[in-house]
Amino acid sequence: MCGLCGVFGVSEHWTDGPDASRAEAQHRVAVGNDVLAIFGLRLAEWSGRYTLTGPTGGSVVVDHFGSLWPAAERLAGRPCDPLDPNVIAAAEKRSGLR
Amino acid sequence: MNDIWGAPITANLLTGFLGSGKTSLLRRLLRQPDLSDTAVMINEFGEVGLDHLLIEAVDDDIVLLDSGCVCCTIRGDLKDALLRLYGRRQRGEVPPFRRVVIETTGLADPAPIVATFAADPMLKHHFRVGNVVTVVDAECGAANLHLYDECRKQVAVADRLVVSKIDIAGPGKSARLRARLAAINPTAEIIESSEADDAAAALLTHDVHDEAKRPDEVRRWIAAERLDDDLHQHDDDQDHTHEYRHNDIGALLLSADEPLDWAAFGLWLSMLLNRHGASVLRVKGLINVVGRDAPVVVQGVQHLIHKPVHLDRWPDDLPRTRLVLIVRGLDEKLIQRSFRAFMRLEIEAAPPQELVSSA
Repeated sequence: MCGLCGVFGVSEHWTDGPDASRAEAQHRVAVGNDVLAIFGLRLAEWSGRYTLTGPTGGSVVVDHFGSLWPAAERLAGRPCDPLDPNVIAAAEKRSGLR
Repeated sequence: MNDIWGAPITANLLTGFLGSGKTSLLRRLLRQPDLSDTAVMINEFGEVGLDHLLIEAVDDDIVLLDSGCVCCTIRGDLKDALLRLYGRRQRGEVPPFRRVVIETTGLADPAPIVATFAADPMLKHHFRVGNVVTVVDAECGAANLHLYDECRKQVAVADRLVVSKIDIAGPGKSARLRARLAAINPTAEIIESSEADDAAAALLTHDVHDEAKRPDEVRRWIAAERLDDDLHQHDDDQDHTHEYRHNDIGALLLSADEPLDWAAFGLWLSMLLNRHGASVLRVKGLINVVGRDAPVVVQGVQHLIHKPVHLDRWPDDLPRTRLVLIVRGLDEKLIQRSFRAFMRLEIEAAPPQELVSSA
């Protein structure tokens, strides 16, 4: 895992947002799952953190969205590249844009 | 808490190519009363004498973190020097400085210096990174930008660009350099060195961390949008997007009228930075977030995104996401398309717009 990616100035991650409510946590998991499904991964809330589960059932605990992507790539066994045309096409399809 | 001990110390980077006049600017900066409580870190004691009590020397020592990520190198020497200086401050051996200016060597890549602050818990807690000031010499600047990747990168990550040696280069050459600088980094304020005496302290003190100055700072970033129109008046018949060639640096603008879901935006940008952080030199802009009236200010250098802050209101009363990315060697069309797909935005009929490009 890259120890630096995305983290700056605070122990939390910049993506966390000000709302720490249960509803927001559930919303974040839902949004995460929508994107992670493209890579065959699933996210679940776990005691203020997340568990990320891969296609073969292996799972890891991640603290925040900053440490999510390096873990996701290990579990998926491939890069999670938002500039990969196939990934973009899958996102467009899920969004009903194409 | 705002007492001198509790507030984070602002760390400024002063960078610029060899012979651009960094040390001369630093000497003038240190004469400013507003900067009297500033510590200085330099790599070498050069020919320009610095009469200042708080000077620490830093040796070159680049450390690659265990992650093996090339852009996540940190400056081990700088970390040690900063912690040593902080320890002396805590013990009362030096005055309680509130700012530290790090003057880099001419060939330094600023990114590992910024990364150093994020990598160490002590530094992360006690310091925050303020403006990156890059000095560019009007006489040799254009040639250096053409020849040296380090030079382009120093310009790309800057918050302020100071053009020096205008008296030698003349007004025509200086104006061309300014246009070139604006093309690489439209978000940075460009100041002529001769003006810098008046505005010297502001180079460092006016930044996005200062709540009073934040609206002005952000207004400058989004004003970069205007460049978009200026540039494309000339090439309306051409496809606006292109893939920057290797090492080409250019800026692009991501925009959206619809409010964005913060979690979705965070996921997308962190995914982009995880894979392409070394090629995304700067991120700066305002995000229109679902459920929030006020804009969220996002900015970062490569992998490192500062803690987002808020503005009380939209600086131009236009509630619209505008995010400027300064990238190197990435396909702008794919970035635009990816942003819209992951943000679930309708695909624009018009081709995505390139804000500025530079060869």
